[in-house]
Amino acid sequence: MTVAALQTSSGDLRLRLVAAFIVIACLSQLRALPIALAALAAVGLVAAWRRPDAQLWRRLLHVEAFLLLLFATLPFTLAGRPLFTLGPLTASVEGLERAMLIAAKVSASVLVLTVMLGQVEPARLGTALRGLYVPEAIVRLFVLTARYLGLIRDEARRLQEAMRMRGFRPGTNRHSWRSYGHLIGMLLVRALERAQRVEEAMLCRGYEGRFPRLAQPAPSLRDWAGASAAVVFGLAVTVADRL
Amino acid sequence: MSALLALEDVTVARNGAAVLREVSLGLAAGERLAIVGPNGAGKTTLLRTLVGLEHPSAGQVWLFGTPCQTERDFRTLRPRIGYLFQDSDDQLFCPSVIEDVAFGPLNLGCTQAEAFCRAQEVLAMLGIAALAPRISHRLSGGEKRLVCLAGLLAMKPDVLLLDEPTNGVDTENGKRLRAALHAFPGAMLLVSHDDAFIAELATRAMAIENGLLSPAALHTHAHSHTHSHPHIHVSGD
Repeated sequence: MTVAALQTSSGDLRLRLVAAFIVIACLSQLRALPIALAALAAVGLVAAWRRPDAQLWRRLLHVEAFLLLLFATLPFTLAGRPLFTLGPLTASVEGLERAMLIAAKVSASVLVLTVMLGQVEPARLGTALRGLYVPEAIVRLFVLTARYLGLIRDEARRLQEAMRMRGFRPGTNRHSWRSYGHLIGMLLVRALERAQRVEEAMLCRGYEGRFPRLAQPAPSLRDWAGASAAVVFGLAVTVADRL
Repeated sequence: MSALLALEDVTVARNGAAVLREVSLGLAAGERLAIVGPNGAGKTTLLRTLVGLEHPSAGQVWLFGTPCQTERDFRTLRPRIGYLFQDSDDQLFCPSVIEDVAFGPLNLGCTQAEAFCRAQEVLAMLGIAALAPRISHRLSGGEKRLVCLAGLLAMKPDVLLLDEPTNGVDTENGKRLRAALHAFPGAMLLVSHDDAFIAELATRAMAIENGLLSPAALHTHAHSHTHSHPHIHVSGD
């Protein structure tokens, strides 16, 4: 299979990466809450229309759990007009607004990533990043992490199964903490050893410290159209915010 | 059910395809049952189903006369089963050998002193007492296998499930492994490709192919044959 054949299934990844980066950069600079909420709604609509996998929605849920933390802390830590008091703590309107603004921006950004890059194999992003002249070392780190994360996760799962087979039941005690410590330590040691073996195998096949850059076909008109639409959306949101 | 472990018309499916099809099996006390079959026939899945790591889509698993379905059912009975994983590295996770062998007894509620004492005893019994302070992931394949077995024996199980126990084990440690398994008084279910090992240890055999389990004949031929094989003599011997 040629690079061209690999690319056609999901369009030109380089353009998509750049467009996603620009849109998220724009979203991150928003200051007005209504605009941020409108942007979130717009991106949400596009996401719903694209019908991503259930797993991608679950990923979004992880982010939302983190954002709950903001809602729990920001209203109480930012000074401003009092909203309500909870014992010695006073929640401010400004704090709540700030938390909502951040939540809207973060959710919209994650949705943008879900829509634009969610269904892309992580390994394929490597070629695109290399095509965008991202330093080879970073690309290598990314590609190898994407490749071996699954193996390490499997290793962790099997170790945990073997622990369960020997009667281990996690609890809040020294034995459990020590056992988990051993588990993590062992995973790190194995990962390091695997990394060494992988590098040796790469060296045996003539690797000279750099991944070769593959020539990629030029983006199609459709790719340009999609990327332009995304960038226009990002810029429009920013302009509306600043007016 | 009088059998220690039993499967009753168990079907296990993975990604829509049946890995085990209506498999029935019983392991009686003192029995050493060998399961043979090609790669991917479902041997490991069979063992995993017996200890509750795979959940059957149909059929019933019995452990020591108790029907087991949920993780909770299995959890209480698992300490009586020693499951030797195919890859020793899946089992060894503590930095030192002695800690790893003591892990099971600690889970059973032994004090640290008791657990380490038991671990030391089992290591001595297997003839690898000297390995106790060694770093577990730097052992040889054969040593790792023996340490894994020690970790199981330290829990004093009634049944051993062995998944390819002789794979990657050198002659010297292989002898120790065989001796330890011969000395084990309980029942045993072993999955192996090593015909000599099965002939030496098993009392009964079953064959598995495409997820179907059927009885197999276990016989040893009393025949003599001549053959030549190369020997390696270490110079200076």
